[in-house]
Amino acid sequence: MSATNRRLLALFGLGAAFLLAGCWERPPIESVQRGYRGTGMVHVANPRLEAAKFAANQAPESAPRVAVEPNAPLAKDVYKNVKVLGDLDVGNFTRLMAAMTQWVSPEQGCNYCHKEGNFEDESLYTKHVSRRMLQMTQTVNSKWQSHVGATGVTCYTCHRGMPVPSRIWFKDGEGLEGGVFAGWRYGQNAPARSVGLSSLPKEPFSAYLLGSGEIRVGSAKVLPSDHVASIQHTEWTYGLMMHFSESLGVNCTFCHNTHNFATWDGSPPTRAVAWYGIRMVRALNNEYLEPLGPTYPKTSLGPTGDAPKAYCATCHQGLNKPLYGAAMAKDYPELLGPIPVAVRATPPPTAAAPTGMLGKILFAVGKSELSGEAMQTIDAAARALVAHPQVKVAISGYADKTGNAAKNLELAKERAFAVRDALKAAGVAEDRVLMKKPEFVIGGAEADARRVEINVAE
Amino acid sequence: MAVEYQNLFTRVQVRGPVHMGPALAPGTWTRQGKPFFVYWYGKFGDAQIGPFYLGTLGLLSIVCGVIAIEIIGLNMWASVGWDPVQFVRQLPWLALEPPPPEYGLSLPPLNKGGWWLVAGFFLTASILLWWLRTYRRARALGMGTHVAWAFAAAIWLYLVLGFIRPVLMGSWSEAVPFGIFPHLDWTAAFSIRYGNLFYNPFHALSIAFLYGSVLLFAMHGATILAVSRFGGERELEQITDRGTAAERAALFWRWTMGFNATMESIHRWAWWFAVLCPLTGGIGILLTGTAVDNWYLWAVKHGVAPAYPAVFPPFPIPGVTQ
Repeated sequence: MSATNRRLLALFGLGAAFLLAGCWERPPIESVQRGYRGTGMVHVANPRLEAAKFAANQAPESAPRVAVEPNAPLAKDVYKNVKVLGDLDVGNFTRLMAAMTQWVSPEQGCNYCHKEGNFEDESLYTKHVSRRMLQMTQTVNSKWQSHVGATGVTCYTCHRGMPVPSRIWFKDGEGLEGGVFAGWRYGQNAPARSVGLSSLPKEPFSAYLLGSGEIRVGSAKVLPSDHVASIQHTEWTYGLMMHFSESLGVNCTFCHNTHNFATWDGSPPTRAVAWYGIRMVRALNNEYLEPLGPTYPKTSLGPTGDAPKAYCATCHQGLNKPLYGAAMAKDYPELLGPIPVAVRATPPPTAAAPTGMLGKILFAVGKSELSGEAMQTIDAAARALVAHPQVKVAISGYADKTGNAAKNLELAKERAFAVRDALKAAGVAEDRVLMKKPEFVIGGAEADARRVEINVAE
Repeated sequence: MAVEYQNLFTRVQVRGPVHMGPALAPGTWTRQGKPFFVYWYGKFGDAQIGPFYLGTLGLLSIVCGVIAIEIIGLNMWASVGWDPVQFVRQLPWLALEPPPPEYGLSLPPLNKGGWWLVAGFFLTASILLWWLRTYRRARALGMGTHVAWAFAAAIWLYLVLGFIRPVLMGSWSEAVPFGIFPHLDWTAAFSIRYGNLFYNPFHALSIAFLYGSVLLFAMHGATILAVSRFGGERELEQITDRGTAAERAALFWRWTMGFNATMESIHRWAWWFAVLCPLTGGIGILLTGTAVDNWYLWAVKHGVAPAYPAVFPPFPIPGVTQ
């Protein structure tokens, strides 16, 4: 071999080494044992990357709270159109507004949501959105302590000084369906950041964080039973779990035991927190974020025209506790829940047609009879439909996974028919009520799985 | 330099007249073409290329194989909108997916797994035809059929993954996609779905034979290279007449391992280890989902897996109380 040849070979080897080095994280890697020895229950971290994360995830200082004097004027006495925070004293109301400006629109200022010189003006969509977001924050802090604990959240948890949080998701518009005649992709097999650049399904969020598809795929029994989950279904769950892992900066063992992901025995307690987190994000997407679609301008919507939605990364941003668990919310008690009021101004009826989910009716185990509460929900939906005669709805029935699968499918259908009949009886024309079989009829074992959804049909 | 070429570990490429192979019984095809030499091939093996023998089975196998690869490749290309740059960039991620679960074992539309079935049919036909070729060519040369049966062991695992198990499970969707990363994701998902394949004893056996094969291969290769200066690579001569190379190699292993294989038995060791790897692996895959739904719970039930002491504090399991 000539000297030139040898030099070329050395150069080639060096180049290959560089290429390969780009594939992994540069050391050091530190691992901390969390579970029983020898089971691989370790948390892995790279101190060099952790340092960068630490700098990027610091909570801002809170301004001191304004001392409230007796009989201090309330926000609603001073300003008009204060619908959420009207019962807050005006001093702390102003303090919160200033804080929100710093949290959400530090560059754009108050005029991001308010028309210049006219606070009561309602023409900007951002004002409507932020009003709803205030209610969402209160809901998270008061109803979802199972997930957020006493730490709670503020606008800053997601926004971080940006009008639109950096980590949001839309329904997949890229159509990973492939070509007409060939090239079907099943929503996967493309390098997607959302699932850690794996070839897993790239948008598992519609199924699991908007819909309530069954996430658990592992069987709880030794031998084959009525538990059915395909490998492809497992890949969708796997995709979602990749998002969990990336969003929280942790590996699987943060929530799961290493020997069997499905069993709760030996799982860290963090798994229960994550379980509630999934339910929380589902509820927020369905009750707050998705219904805001018509409020946004077209440019804020996703490729399929849907509203921006939340997932784990929206708050967590790479940490298992957002902002390292900084308890910002306690400095703003008005965000911890709805402000207690004697008389609340009733919001004026909205002229816009209803969208999204009109109602969710829950059923008892194995039953398709409507409860009193269910009738109230159906009545409310019927009133909305009577007020907007152009709107059609789709009825979807669901059942839980306990018992015989075929019977459950039948049960889900009966439940859907019961709701349709009740809507008809409440005065909604039959041709406005469509029956729609959902993608995942059978849910988990929770009460929420035994339901019928009334959704506005597109 | 004079004797260097006589060693297996040589930089000298000796090139005699082309070797036409042993005389064969007259068949339908003869070996065709004028042989030629490739210097770089000689670096790794025999420098002589040709004459060629295609045969009916070989030709059919290649045709079926090309059809299968075309279907897979064109589907991958179609999935990126026929963009050649994206096809190359995303190639490791691209796949031809089996039908979704709702189709069971029925025939799905072409673009919803139908292509997968067609590609699978032609790939299987190609592999089986090539198997027949390995068997018949070995016989034509008067050899044993060890290679054919070793190949059959691999085909067993392939058929279990893509045909036998999906049929037993009643769904094509259980089968493996054709794709580089996608088939790895399938593997991981398969283990997660069925309660951790680590606890599947046939999976464990398969891994033992896999690693065992690697170890035996390294030991054997190292031994022969180490005694090649005594002509140890001429195994045929060493089998009939032990000679100094085989004796040294045997004594080496007696000194370092306490036991030695013979020139012949080492190849039986290696063959069985290699063959048992896919045979046991195939059994493990076949039992998954058909006979056992959660391997970890199965292992606990049968005393295979230990019960680990609780480390984390107990907490209420959400969603189980209603």
